[in-house]
Amino acid sequence: MDTLTAYPLKLDGTDVPMVRFMNVTKKYGALTVLENLNLDIAEGEMVSIIGPSGSGKTTVLRMLMLEQINSGVIYVDGRPLTHMNKNGALVPADRRYLRTAREPIGMCFQHFNLFPHMTALQNCMEGPVQVLGLTKREARERSEELLELVGMSEKRDQHPSRLSGGQQQRVAIARALAMRPKVMLFDEVTSALDPEVIGEVTNVIRKLVSEHSLTMLMVTHQMGFARDISDRICFFFGGRIEEQGTPDELFGNPKRERTQQFLSAVKSAD
Amino acid sequence: MFDWRWDFAWEILPRLIVATGNTLIAAGAGYLIAIVLGLVLALAQRTPLRSLSWIVREFVEFIRSTPLVLQIFFVFYVGPQFGVRLDPWTAGMIAIGLHYSAYLSEVYRGGFEAVPKGQWEACTSLSMSMRQTYVRVIIPQALPPSVAGMGNYLVGIFKDTPMLSVIGVAELMHAANAIGSENYRFLEPFTLVGIIFLAISLPSAGLIKLFESWVRRRIGID
Amino acid sequence: MAYLEFLAEFGSRFLDGSLITVAQFLLSAALAIAIALGFGLLKLARHWVVRGVATLYIELFRGTSLLVQLYWIFFVLPLFGLTLEKFTAGFLAVGMNLGAYGAELVRGAVRSVPKGQWEAAYALSMSPARRMWRIILPQALVIMLPGWGNLLIELLKATALVSLISVTDLMFEAKQVNSTTFLSIQAFGTALVIYYVFARFLLTPAMRRLELSMARRIGKA
Ligand SMILES: Nc1ncnc2c1ncn2[C@@H]1O[C@H](COP(=O)(O)OP(=O)(O)OP(=O)(O)O)[C@@H](O)[C@H]1O
Ligand SMILES: [Mg+2]
Repeated sequence: MDTLTAYPLKLDGTDVPMVRFMNVTKKYGALTVLENLNLDIAEGEMVSIIGPSGSGKTTVLRMLMLEQINSGVIYVDGRPLTHMNKNGALVPADRRYLRTAREPIGMCFQHFNLFPHMTALQNCMEGPVQVLGLTKREARERSEELLELVGMSEKRDQHPSRLSGGQQQRVAIARALAMRPKVMLFDEVTSALDPEVIGEVTNVIRKLVSEHSLTMLMVTHQMGFARDISDRICFFFGGRIEEQGTPDELFGNPKRERTQQFLSAVKSAD
Repeated sequence: MFDWRWDFAWEILPRLIVATGNTLIAAGAGYLIAIVLGLVLALAQRTPLRSLSWIVREFVEFIRSTPLVLQIFFVFYVGPQFGVRLDPWTAGMIAIGLHYSAYLSEVYRGGFEAVPKGQWEACTSLSMSMRQTYVRVIIPQALPPSVAGMGNYLVGIFKDTPMLSVIGVAELMHAANAIGSENYRFLEPFTLVGIIFLAISLPSAGLIKLFESWVRRRIGID
Repeated sequence: MAYLEFLAEFGSRFLDGSLITVAQFLLSAALAIAIALGFGLLKLARHWVVRGVATLYIELFRGTSLLVQLYWIFFVLPLFGLTLEKFTAGFLAVGMNLGAYGAELVRGAVRSVPKGQWEAAYALSMSPARRMWRIILPQALVIMLPGWGNLLIELLKATALVSLISVTDLMFEAKQVNSTTFLSIQAFGTALVIYYVFARFLLTPAMRRLELSMARRIGKA
């Protein structure tokens, strides 16, 4: 039903989205987690993904970074990510292509995933030195700047085990930014944090939104935060986008019944 | 009945101490081989190449379930059948190094499996290559939890070196045997050998524990 | 073809050797299990002297080499008027050595039975011996069985050392065949394969089955 020839080798034109999911399906074994997903994210846009547990939110992000897809094509910055151009035809990407194609994407995880044997600064310098080939000095300068941005300068020589969850997550954000990504992915970056430190992380993300022109895709359970900073909200249900719109549309005037149910359930839980 | 002779014990001690040096060298050299080869065996079992990892897995099982002393004989005597003569030291180091590399590969394997999946994902998110991922992130984290097991096998290899005497490596047991048959007295040499082994292996266990906690602190994990 | 001829000529010797190895294995395993239980429990005793004795035994046998112990038992004990037949000296040394390792297994397993089990048994006014036998040991057994699987393989391999005091086991026969034929690959290779088959295809599956049935018996699995 779905031949690769139907997909363009690259996206041209005036408003090429930064990320485009085209008819993307993702399965784990027999379980279809995402079905026929179509989603465009414009350059500089901040999109939040909300929805019940198991609806496929995390999977949307992981397909951009960690998982292979079963059908469809994902484009990043106009170039195919999941496929590569071989003699004028799209074929599934190999490991090496994937690695370079993913370079413009940065990701932050629910459980930070900092390297425990490196200090905060070393964590940030690792990618720039090893992957981008910067000199130690350039990488250090860049990393110190970013640690400053996330308010972690003072702790730059500490190992992650000496940092609180909120501090670790801020270092993780700096580490991802040090690769100068065009797209940032945040997967429930505040879910593993104690309530009193959530603010330090959300404030960093707010700052990114207001001061940088990053494209961001964020999965979150914090509705208030999503409403504040997003350009658009996507409500996922059962592996599909049930409804999407501006924060005011979606939170103020949800059209679909499932959206209304979900939002009122979340509200009463708060 | 109990005729321990101090003068004889005293007389043979220097010779035993020299042989202890050889024992330590043998254990050290064998251990070096085992450490490196063990890592190779562990990594080979993690390749996506199914057939390779299966072969290596079976090889490790084979080495681990057959006697070291038999392996020592095998390595020593099989060479000449093909016109390669290995001297006792070389054959002994190959056999004991190989034997313990199989054990160490299991230790490393445990260490690798203990590295959380998130660490791999973080490396992918930084576009690190497979080699960079292993060298910079995975191996440094797989080693500290392996230190305890590695230490146990260091003591183990030391205690197994007497088996090298069967092909004529001049280590402690070999010397004690020689002394015994020269003088028709086995009480003192064999007892002294036992004491020397105790005197080295008991404190080592404690030292290894200290070393382990030092490594963990050094690497910043604790 | 050549190897078949080799087997035809020497097969019976490998068979004889294997039988001796099996006998050595069974006897030393029985001894090791008894010693492990005894000293493992003694090491948990309340009185420090009792614990000290157990520790002394365990550290003495784990701190020196099996080969040293074997030679000592065979060559030195006679000086004290205790002359052992080589076959006996062989399985005694192997059993005593591996028993020391087993004692640590027993101790660890008994200690990892949850505290609530001890307290529950105490609450039923069981005598200490009864509590150990009826409540704690069955659970400890399940915990330590995987460890015993490995230990018994080590024990099987350790029996090869008895050939060095001329017990005519599998290892001994392989050496003999090698020195008469100089066919080292065939001689030692055959012995290696026999040990391997014994360990991997008899011992390991048997222990697995035992683990499963024990786990089922105490209602886990
Ligand atoms: N590696 C995997 N193997 C098999 N099934 C998976 C795997 N990862 C996710 N799933 C399944 O895919 C579905 C979507 O998972 P996903 O993690 O995307 O949900 P989510 O919306 O992020 O949920 P949550 O809010 O709980 O994080 C779930 O049913 C989940 O069980
Ligand atoms: Mg999720």
